[in-house]
Amino acid sequence: MPSNFQFRRMLVTSALAAPLLAALPLPALALSEAAARSLVNKMVADINKVIDSGKSEPSMIRDFEKLFIKYADVPIMARYALGVDGRQASKAQMRAFTKAFQSYISNKYGRRFREFIGGTLEVRSTRKIKAGYEVKCTAVLTGEAPFEVTFLVSDKSGRDKFFNMFIEGVNLLLTERTEIGAMLDQRKGNLDQLTADLKKAS
Amino acid sequence: MRLTQRPVIAAIVLILAGLLSACATQTAEQRASGEIFDPYEQTNRKIHDFNKVIDKNLFRPASTGYVSLIPEPMVISFTNFSENLSLPSDVVDALLQGDLKTAGNGVVRFVINTTVGFAGLADPATDFQIPQVDTDFGETLHVWGFGEGPIVELPFYGTTSRRDAVGVVANFFTNPLTFAPTRPVKNIGFWAELLERMGDRGNFSDTVDSILYESADSYAQSRIIYLQNRRFELAGDDPDSYLEAYDDPYADIYGDLYAE
Repeated sequence: MPSNFQFRRMLVTSALAAPLLAALPLPALALSEAAARSLVNKMVADINKVIDSGKSEPSMIRDFEKLFIKYADVPIMARYALGVDGRQASKAQMRAFTKAFQSYISNKYGRRFREFIGGTLEVRSTRKIKAGYEVKCTAVLTGEAPFEVTFLVSDKSGRDKFFNMFIEGVNLLLTERTEIGAMLDQRKGNLDQLTADLKKAS
Repeated sequence: MRLTQRPVIAAIVLILAGLLSACATQTAEQRASGEIFDPYEQTNRKIHDFNKVIDKNLFRPASTGYVSLIPEPMVISFTNFSENLSLPSDVVDALLQGDLKTAGNGVVRFVINTTVGFAGLADPATDFQIPQVDTDFGETLHVWGFGEGPIVELPFYGTTSRRDAVGVVANFFTNPLTFAPTRPVKNIGFWAELLERMGDRGNFSDTVDSILYESADSYAQSRIIYLQNRRFELAGDDPDSYLEAYDDPYADIYGDLYAE
């Protein structure tokens, strides 16, 4: 029923918006191209800070995980990566999986930070898409031809966060959905087992 | 190996024509749903396993040895040399695609790098801001309207589509530097290409290893990454061709949350 649906959605939106409005009464901060762009710039600056910190690898990976939570809409990404298998999951299972997913991603991609030492990421263009904004960047890493990195940003979680990333057209969510799906198949669809194994591995 | 030219070319043309018109097709609904078209999956997986054995025992150790023993500037030079050698064939493909700008850039790059760039070992064309030229017969077929067709895993090569597999084979046998009755050094194009691939395999070792040896299903990973990257390349600068790749996970999830 559409009216029912809209009503509930409104309720959820206003419930989410209420604390935000209380904190920031003026001006109303809707996600804009400028905000999407600045989100990506801030994230890149934070990532570079971690890389330049010279900490040990495990401690850097912990820092990357914090940045991932800060800048990415992790619950929606985890949900998407789980695909149709996520539909039967209980709330508690979903929460546990989301947590395991977030350390799995931070570990998998954080371990590769060396490739980004001395590299730059420059925002080239932003535009509106259905789910929010697309922020296109050019990455320049030492000894490599420049390549394209695109972030998709949305404020549907209540804050400006990125929910997907493309490197030369290869999309993090779709690639991880394939990978998580294969991991689940190996465990005969046992989500709790997968969550436990992801936790152990990272 | 000395093959007589004409019968070989005739055989290849026949095989390629047969491949392009082969009978496996995908229904419109399957295509619209974004389902991967992989009717030969069982065979492909076997070839993929074979390729992994080759990689693990030969290609990977040779490549990591190559990039660690040979100084980096030399590896880059050999890669430049190989890329320069493939320019004539890129120019032909650009012309076949009606892309005069890319063809022109290719000619300019080839002339500059072959002369000032010491037979292509250096890449002054890039310093002169001449855009990179990288195309292939698979792209030409795409421009001519051929669909990508089913997934094909080529031995010693990797995951590709039927259209791009035809492109790879056609490029190899029509490039005068890899396969021609007279050429300056026997198979020089082939050896240069092999060195270039070894350089890439060695330099991007972590990425390739994570796909081939650290993922739960290396075939599925290679396939999804190949498809996304290739579609991205072929879409070029057209901003709208890309929009359909943008799944809206929020729509997906809200649909779930509010389902009655």
